[in-house]
Amino acid sequence: MTNIPQLPISSWIDKLVDWLASFEGFFNGVTNFIGGIINGFQWIFDLLPIWLFMLLVVGGTYWLTRKTKHWTLIIFEIVGLLYIWNQGFWRDMTQTLTLVLTSSLIALVVGVPLGIWMGKSKVFETINKPILDFMQTMPAFVYLIPAVAFFGIGMVPGVIASVIFAMPPTIRMTNLGIRQVPADLIEAADSYGSTSWQKLFKVQLPLAKSTLMAGVNQSMMLSLSMVVIASMIGAMGLGNKVYFAVGRNDAGGGFAAGLAIVILAIILDRITQAINRNKIPKS
Amino acid sequence: MTTKLQVRHLTKIFGRRIPRAEELLKAGKSKAEILKSAGATVGVNDANFEVNNGEIFVIMGLSGSGKSTMIRMINRLIEPTSGEILIDGENLTSLNKKQLLDVRRNKMSMVFQNFALFPNRTIIENTAYGLEVKGVDKDERLKKSHEALELVGLHGYDDQYPTQLSGGMQQRVGLARALANNSEILLMDEAFSALDPLNRKDMQDELLDLQENLKKTIVFISHDLNEALRIGDRIMIMKDGEIVQTGTPEEILTQPADEYVEKFIEDVDRTKVLTASNVMIRPTFINIDKDGPRIAMRRMVENEISSVYVVNNKREFVGVVDASHVMGLIKKKERKLDSVIQTNVPTASPDTPITDIMEKISSTPIPFAVVDDKNHLLGIIIRGAVLGAISGNEVVEND
Ligand SMILES: Nc1ncnc2c1ncn2[C@@H]1O[C@H](COP(=O)(O)OP(=O)(O)OP(=O)(O)O)[C@@H](O)[C@H]1O
Ligand SMILES: [Mg+2]
Repeated sequence: MTNIPQLPISSWIDKLVDWLASFEGFFNGVTNFIGGIINGFQWIFDLLPIWLFMLLVVGGTYWLTRKTKHWTLIIFEIVGLLYIWNQGFWRDMTQTLTLVLTSSLIALVVGVPLGIWMGKSKVFETINKPILDFMQTMPAFVYLIPAVAFFGIGMVPGVIASVIFAMPPTIRMTNLGIRQVPADLIEAADSYGSTSWQKLFKVQLPLAKSTLMAGVNQSMMLSLSMVVIASMIGAMGLGNKVYFAVGRNDAGGGFAAGLAIVILAIILDRITQAINRNKIPKS
Repeated sequence: MTTKLQVRHLTKIFGRRIPRAEELLKAGKSKAEILKSAGATVGVNDANFEVNNGEIFVIMGLSGSGKSTMIRMINRLIEPTSGEILIDGENLTSLNKKQLLDVRRNKMSMVFQNFALFPNRTIIENTAYGLEVKGVDKDERLKKSHEALELVGLHGYDDQYPTQLSGGMQQRVGLARALANNSEILLMDEAFSALDPLNRKDMQDELLDLQENLKKTIVFISHDLNEALRIGDRIMIMKDGEIVQTGTPEEILTQPADEYVEKFIEDVDRTKVLTASNVMIRPTFINIDKDGPRIAMRRMVENEISSVYVVNNKREFVGVVDASHVMGLIKKKERKLDSVIQTNVPTASPDTPITDIMEKISSTPIPFAVVDDKNHLLGIIIRGAVLGAISGNEVVEND
């Protein structure tokens, strides 16, 4: 064993990171772009009075679940949001929400086209599957290092790390959704002379929609699970509160903030699921 | 009758080692041998046939015989390995992508076994799909789709979703979707196979009714011989990717090309397709204008029969005389037969289906006379021949 030289994996990766860091302009551009999205979300949330925010959430839920009348969820939302406000976590919550929404949005915008590509190309699917496994199983902490190297500290590298960690389900489920479209529907679309785009937008995506949305929901939950980790590189929000509580050995404060994250997670989860509910009646 | 669709030397091989498989195919190896030695599946092998304008052309064969592969090569959902497909003389195999889209949009429409309706679209949106991808504007689209739904007898379901409809209704939508496009060729792959027997029969009737006015060229796949015989103008039978026989329903039934076809038609209810002309035999007859009782008697003795048919100089059917009456005339030294001719003989035209006269055949002692529209005697139907034909053992030749 001792004769075999150790492979210089770490020095290779270091070199790669150094080399990538030379594209400073590119990374600045990305930073500005993502920073713009973050500021946009945050600006809206800061503008909204708390009562209006709550009204929007509750009203939205009411409308989305108008057929099933999900009263327990609505009550949970009211109580949960009041708790967050009562604990003085309101701005932290909106910061966390901003982080999650930004990462989910990027995961959606980047992940769905990749998923579609995988769904349509066997080769691309074969190449990508191991990469996705890798992205998801690599400990999330590791993503912090290059994120900091390229994007400094703050919300933006937090978003980047979250996106890398959280995007695979969106890609996977989009791919799955596209592939699950029954073969005879594809044949029907083809036989009537659909172009690839027509087939995609009129048949494949609409039929993949609920699977795809389940992927988006998973991505959102994963990015929420990143908020504490992201706070280590300066991302603000509830994660930051938990992180500091850990540092100060403050069990009570940590639990209070952690509970706020759970509440946010449940609300986001249920709302995205409600959006996903199929409007096509089942036989 | 003009040719709408022509298929020439069409071959499809599935798998990797296609050149090798083609060689083996040329060397006359069987489908099974090729699968074993080249690992390639022969879907269709050197198919040649023509479909005429306005006919219903049924393709039959056991599972795996290549029917679906064949019909999917016609609109190139499956790319042929070699060979040509011509529609109105235009070769489809050499079309580029854009031209192929045009052909699919305007020349042919497909109806699928499991309906293949889009579950995310309402009935009217499903029906309008072909028009939508063609870029027809919305008003026009709706108008044509309504007309098509009307044709198949569906109204009031516009805004329902496919899962809300029964199987029979769903396939009506499938048919309407094809009709809305107004293409001249319909490709129907086991379109009625998923329906229960009663619904299936309704749909067959409906297709035949529609066809009377629309005069589409229809390629219809079926594994149900009764269905094929009912709706097909011609039937093509396939086995292991090859065409075994092509012919009218009658030809298939009366002159099966080989054992495979014979097996196929074994369990058909033959009474449904056999007509009087299929089972009639050559009659023994005399000419009333020149023959007398003695000639009549001689004919009966020669042929060992107890009655003889009577025609006049123009070969028009007059009636029948039987042996005992003729004997009486001979004893009385009569010269003329007129007094003993029975004219109440049951008659049928050559295309009368056997089912229609079956009961009478078995209840009247006198064989039916088959006469054409000018009352010429063509043949007679005796009970034994009918039973023989129905059981498929012996179909009596006639000319
Ligand atoms: N995509 C494919 N890849 C490989 N082999 C195929 C493919 N499609 C069909 N085959 C093979 O080609 C042959 C013909 O199949 P096809 O589906 O045309 O038969 P069929 O007559 O329509 O049968 P069925 O009555 O079951 O629908 C079969 O041996 C089948 O296994
Ligand atoms: Mg088939």
